[in-house]
Amino acid sequence: MYLGRVVGCVWATVKNACLTGHRLLIVQPVTPELEDKGRRIICTDWTGAGAGELIYWTRAREASFAFLPDEVVTDATIVGIVDTIHVDRTAGRRQSGEGGAAC
Amino acid sequence: MILARVVGTVVATRKDPRLEGKKLLVLKPVTPDGKEEAGYVVAVDTVGAGFRETVIAVSGSSARMAEGCRDRPVDTAIVGIVDTVSLDRKE
Repeated sequence: MYLGRVVGCVWATVKNACLTGHRLLIVQPVTPELEDKGRRIICTDWTGAGAGELIYWTRAREASFAFLPDEVVTDATIVGIVDTIHVDRTAGRRQSGEGGAAC
Repeated sequence: MILARVVGTVVATRKDPRLEGKKLLVLKPVTPDGKEEAGYVVAVDTVGAGFRETVIAVSGSSARMAEGCRDRPVDTAIVGIVDTVSLDRKE
């Protein structure tokens, strides 16, 4: 799963029957430091996320599992809204200092 | 899913029988503000998209879940025709 921020939405009247009734949001993937990273993608929404919210999303076939037993044709779904993030910013440094094998 | 613009069609006489009758379109990925991105992709059309329309494309094994693509050798499917895209003002 990946972190992202909701930056917009897409309207489409003509849709595949498997997508009917689902909101499509534009998500900008972000790093744990909340910097934008990578190209923006379109996600179906399982959570009811709103504009500007920090979310996490899942991709590939698993993205459709959020809607089971419905079969929704999607390869990216917002599955959670982030309340807080805690990142140990010393972890990477400590690792590279000890073994030098951090990637 | 990605946004893309229809930029061409593909005609193939010899193909997997399960792809017979499926329209194949060439897509150019675009950003939400309409700028073209790198690369092209060939997708099966499930919604009747036309030339120069902006569409929503699903890729990977999820594409096979689309109505009309079940159990067919498809890894990118067009599943929607975009009416409008709205972005936050900051963007």
